[in-house]
Amino acid sequence: MVVAAALIVASCGGADGETQIRVSAASSLIDVFADLEVAFEEANPGTDVVLNLAGSSLLREQIIAGAPVDIFASASVEIMKEVESAGFTEDEIGVFARNNIEIAVPPGNPAGITGLEDFDRDDLFLGLCAVAVPCGRLARQSLQMAGVEPLPDTNEPNVRSLLTKIEEGELDAGIVYATDVLAGDVDRIPIPSNVRLSATYPVAQIVESPNPAGGADFMVFMFTDEARRILLNHGFLSP
Amino acid sequence: MTVPRPHRRRPPLGVLLLASVAVVFFLIPLIGLLARAPWSDLGSLLSSEVVVDALVLSLVASIAAVVLSALLGVPMAWVLARVAFRGRAFVRGLVLLPLVLPPIVGGAALLFALGRRGVVGEPLYEATGLVLPFSIWGVIIAVTFVSMPFLIITVEAALRNVDQRYEGAAASLGASRWTVFRRVTLPMIGPSLLAGFVLTWARAIGEFGATVAFAGNLQGTTQTLPLAVFVSLESDRDTAIAISLLLVAVSLTVLIGLRDRWLSR
Repeated sequence: MVVAAALIVASCGGADGETQIRVSAASSLIDVFADLEVAFEEANPGTDVVLNLAGSSLLREQIIAGAPVDIFASASVEIMKEVESAGFTEDEIGVFARNNIEIAVPPGNPAGITGLEDFDRDDLFLGLCAVAVPCGRLARQSLQMAGVEPLPDTNEPNVRSLLTKIEEGELDAGIVYATDVLAGDVDRIPIPSNVRLSATYPVAQIVESPNPAGGADFMVFMFTDEARRILLNHGFLSP
Repeated sequence: MTVPRPHRRRPPLGVLLLASVAVVFFLIPLIGLLARAPWSDLGSLLSSEVVVDALVLSLVASIAAVVLSALLGVPMAWVLARVAFRGRAFVRGLVLLPLVLPPIVGGAALLFALGRRGVVGEPLYEATGLVLPFSIWGVIIAVTFVSMPFLIITVEAALRNVDQRYEGAAASLGASRWTVFRRVTLPMIGPSLLAGFVLTWARAIGEFGATVAFAGNLQGTTQTLPLAVFVSLESDRDTAIAISLLLVAVSLTVLIGLRDRWLSR
């Protein structure tokens, strides 16, 4: 009874006792930001990080429409630039992580994929992300740099659905992010570094945010060793 | 001599008011779509290769889904309506499951079952070399899975409403079971059958989740209109809205053509 009452008091405390920091993060950052939230809250007692996860372009629309947001972490530099040119970011935009693209194959590599040069083979089942999403754009640029004209059997609308079809062995290979290879039940075929591209993740504080002081603290935290360690654990690279 | 007319009193104001709210509720998204439509470029957007490929594929797959549903769904509906057997409630629940299952889950389940490494798909592949995902067959299976229940539920309800004495009379006059079905039952459920076909087709042409999860997305092979909308929504909103308008126009034409057949028996 006492415990229950204490819990109720604690949870009510969020409204006035705790300060909230509202973080809008790209949906591909879901796992790593859950860990970042815990670490930040442990280091800053009385602070409650509230995550709003969605596609970067939807988050951009929300910010421009005036949603209360302290921090925006985007999976795309272009989208962050659009938010910046609309006048919604504080002075500094920082790049906090990069994510290499990698070739993922089903466990054991049943089709014997050796590299990018296999992506024009008609006898294999190959998948890429659609051109409209960053992983599809990066994969095609890499393939072009390697002189390969890809013959995909599917252009998946997002990297997670591509990963599922590789995990199930329905596709012999696909190009996803290093973080997906780490999270998924797939094997990795390395891409030579001279043709391997990476996605860049920028973060910025949003102007006229509900909690500017908390937002500034979170921006600092994103570039600490602890945050970097968490990002590396999830397969991200330092910028 | 006057025949008493059905009562023509004014409909109650409250009911009209609530019905108007419902109309507005469905109208608002359509207005949103129309307001953002790139009217001046509509012609060129809709004649692009991507859109034409997707339209052809959507029409082929949705018509195939109706044909398959007619072939399998009408007998299924007849069995559910006319044959009392143990487990009928289970079978009915099973075939109507896609109505409530999130389509993307249905698509993933099809992949696990019928994919190249699937429970059923693997022996099929070993025996015949046939791979269903990433092909038009995958699209047809996905849209049929999602849309056939609409035909089954409609036709079963219609069969249950048929007065079986007519069928009994025909049979007692020596008509074979097939003749009874064709000459007596079918005409009586005709309007419902048509309504079922149209609903099945409409569901099939709008199908997204199961298709993308099972068949993938490749222009000219598996990219139907809804997939083309989804993929272009991120990069090319004008094309996405143009394709959506095409879908709305085609579907509204058919659904208005159906008029009140859905309500009649």
